[in-house]
Amino acid sequence: MALVIDIIIGGLINGSTFALLAIGFSLIFGVARIVNFAHTAFYMLAAYCIYVATQTMGLHAVWGMLAAIVLVTLLGMVSYKALINPIREHEGAVLIATIALAMIFQEIMSLIFTGTFLSVPALIKGFFIILGVKVFYQQLLTFCAALLVMAALWVFLMRTNLGLAIRSTAQDREVANLMGINEAQVAMITMGLSVGLAAFTGAVVVPLTILEPQMWTPPLIMMMAVVVLGGLGSLKGSFIGAYILGFAEALVVFLAPMGAYLKGPVALSIMILVLLIRPEGLFGVSFEEER
Amino acid sequence: MDLILFYFRKLFTVVRNEVLVLPSRVVVVLFFLFLLLLPLYTKDPYLLRIFILTSIFAILAASWDLLSGFTGQMNFGHALFFGVGAYAAALLNLRANIPPWGSIPLGALAAVLSGLIIGIPCLRLRGTYLALTTLAFPIVLTGLVFAFPDFTGGELGISGIARLTQSRVTDYYTVVVLMLGLCTIMWKITDSNIGIIFHAIREDEVAVRAAGINTTRYKLLAFSLSGFFAGISGGLYAHFMRIAGPSTLEVSLSFTVVIWAIFGGIVTIYGPVGAVFILFPLLEFLRIVQDYRTLMFAGVVLLILLYMPDGLFHWLRDKIEKECPRCKIRNVATRHTCRVCTAPLD
Repeated sequence: MALVIDIIIGGLINGSTFALLAIGFSLIFGVARIVNFAHTAFYMLAAYCIYVATQTMGLHAVWGMLAAIVLVTLLGMVSYKALINPIREHEGAVLIATIALAMIFQEIMSLIFTGTFLSVPALIKGFFIILGVKVFYQQLLTFCAALLVMAALWVFLMRTNLGLAIRSTAQDREVANLMGINEAQVAMITMGLSVGLAAFTGAVVVPLTILEPQMWTPPLIMMMAVVVLGGLGSLKGSFIGAYILGFAEALVVFLAPMGAYLKGPVALSIMILVLLIRPEGLFGVSFEEER
Repeated sequence: MDLILFYFRKLFTVVRNEVLVLPSRVVVVLFFLFLLLLPLYTKDPYLLRIFILTSIFAILAASWDLLSGFTGQMNFGHALFFGVGAYAAALLNLRANIPPWGSIPLGALAAVLSGLIIGIPCLRLRGTYLALTTLAFPIVLTGLVFAFPDFTGGELGISGIARLTQSRVTDYYTVVVLMLGLCTIMWKITDSNIGIIFHAIREDEVAVRAAGINTTRYKLLAFSLSGFFAGISGGLYAHFMRIAGPSTLEVSLSFTVVIWAIFGGIVTIYGPVGAVFILFPLLEFLRIVQDYRTLMFAGVVLLILLYMPDGLFHWLRDKIEKECPRCKIRNVATRHTCRVCTAPLD
C-alpha cells in the first residue's frame, strides 16, 4: 500500500513538472514555431537563482522565487530579442542557436558553481503521514502551485484579449497579422510567458531535486516526449501526456530493478508506441495541410 | 606511351579549365592534397589522432546532411546510427573474431537495419514531430545497453577491440582515404537522380508524390544510406578508440552532429565536412583554456550563426563566386562577364 502511495505522489510531482515545462515549450512553438532546446536551461537558471538568493544572500525563499522568475523571464526575452529573432526565418539556425544557448548557460553555471551537487531547503518544512508514507509539505505545495498556475494560464489564454491574440497567432500567423495583431510583439510576450513558466517550474521544484549544471537535460528529453505524445501545440494534450509519462516514470523507478537507468527509455518507448498508432499525438491536430 | 600522354594532357586541360577557374574547386583540391600529404611533414601522433577523429566525425556529419539536409527529415537521433555501428563492430570483433575490415562494414549493415527499423514508424511523422521522436531512439537503446550489462558492457562499454591497423600513420591513411572516398560518394549520390528526388521531397513532398514517385521508398532509402555511412564512421571510431561505450549514443553527440552540419551549411555535403574540420580541431585547440572550452565553442557557433544563418560555407561561397544570370554557371567574383556565355555579371 505504501508503495502505491509513493508511486502516486511521485507520479503527480513528475507529471506537474513535465506539464508546466511542456506547456511553456508548446506555447512558444505554437506561436513562433521555435523549438526551444534551451527551455529547460532556463529552468536550471531559475533553480540556481533561488540558491543564490537563499543560501548566499540569505533572503527568504519567497523573495528568491520572485527574483528568479523575474530575472529569468527578462533574460529569456533579451536572448530572444538578441539571438533568436534575427535568424527566425532559418529554422535550422534557430535550432542550434537554442542548443548553443543552453550549452552557454550550462557552462557559465558550472564555472560559477563548479558542478558540485547543491540543494535548497524546502519552503515549508515538515511532513504528514498518510497510510505510513511520509508526504512532505513541499511536495504538496509543488503540486498545488503547479495546478494553480496551469489554471491561471488557462483563464489567461481563454478569457483575455492577449490570450486570444496568442491563440490566434498560433493558429495562423499571417491572418492574425492582418487582423491587427502585432505578431512580433505577441511572439515576444509569449517567449516571456514560456520562459517565465520554466522559471516558475524551477522555483517550485528546486527543493525536491539536486542542483547541478547538467540538470537541464533529463527534463528536456521528458518534456519533448510529453509534447510529442500529447500533440504539438495542444495544451490539453501536454497536460494529459505529462501525467501519463510522469506516472510511467514513477512506476518504473519504484517497481523495476534498474529503475534509475530505465525510466527515460520506458517513457520514450510509450511515446513511440503511441505515435505508431496516432502519428499526430493524442490531441494534436494533423499538420497534413501545412506545406 | 601515347595513351599515357593523352590522359596526362586531358588531366592538365581539366585542371586548367575546370578546377583553376573557380576558387572553391581549388580549395577542395588543396584540401585533398593537404590531407594526403600531411604525414610526410609530421608524424606527431597527437596531431594525427586529431585529424583521424576529425575525419571520422566528418563522415558522420556528412551522412546527417544526406538524410536531414537533403530530404528534410530532421533527425535528432543520429547518434543511434553511430552507436549501433560502433557496438556492432565491437561485438563482432570481440565475440566472433572478425577483423576490422569485416566488422566495420557488417556494423554499418547493422546501422542500416536500425535505420530501417526507425525509418518505418518515422515515415508517418514530419517536421518537428520527427525531430523530437528520433531524439528518443538512442536514449531507448542506451537504456537497453544498461539493462544488459553482461552482453554490452553496461556503463563501461566494450573494450579490448582490435586496432584498426598496426601504426598511427596507416590508421591515418585508412581513415582519411575512406573519408575522402565516402564523402565523394555521398556528394555523387546527391548529384544523381536520387539526389534530385531527395531535394524535391524536402521542398514539397505532396508534389513529388503527385508526380508518381514513391516518396516512402526514397525516404527509407535516405534513412538506410545515411545509416550506412554513419555506421561506418561508428565502426571506425570503435576500432580507432578501441572502446565502444554508451558515450557513442549520447544526446550531446546527436546535438553536436546537428551543430556541425548546420554551422557548415546544410544541403551541400562539403559544408558539414568543412565545419567538422574547423570546429573539431578548434575544440581540441581550446584545451589550453580547459574551463572555458565548451563556453567559447558555443559562443563561436552562436556568433557565426547570427551573421551567417545559412551556414559558413554558403556565405563564403557567395562571397567569392557569382552565378551567371543566363547560364547558371558559377564564376569568380572578380570577373565581369561569364566565363562560358560572356553574359555580363552584375
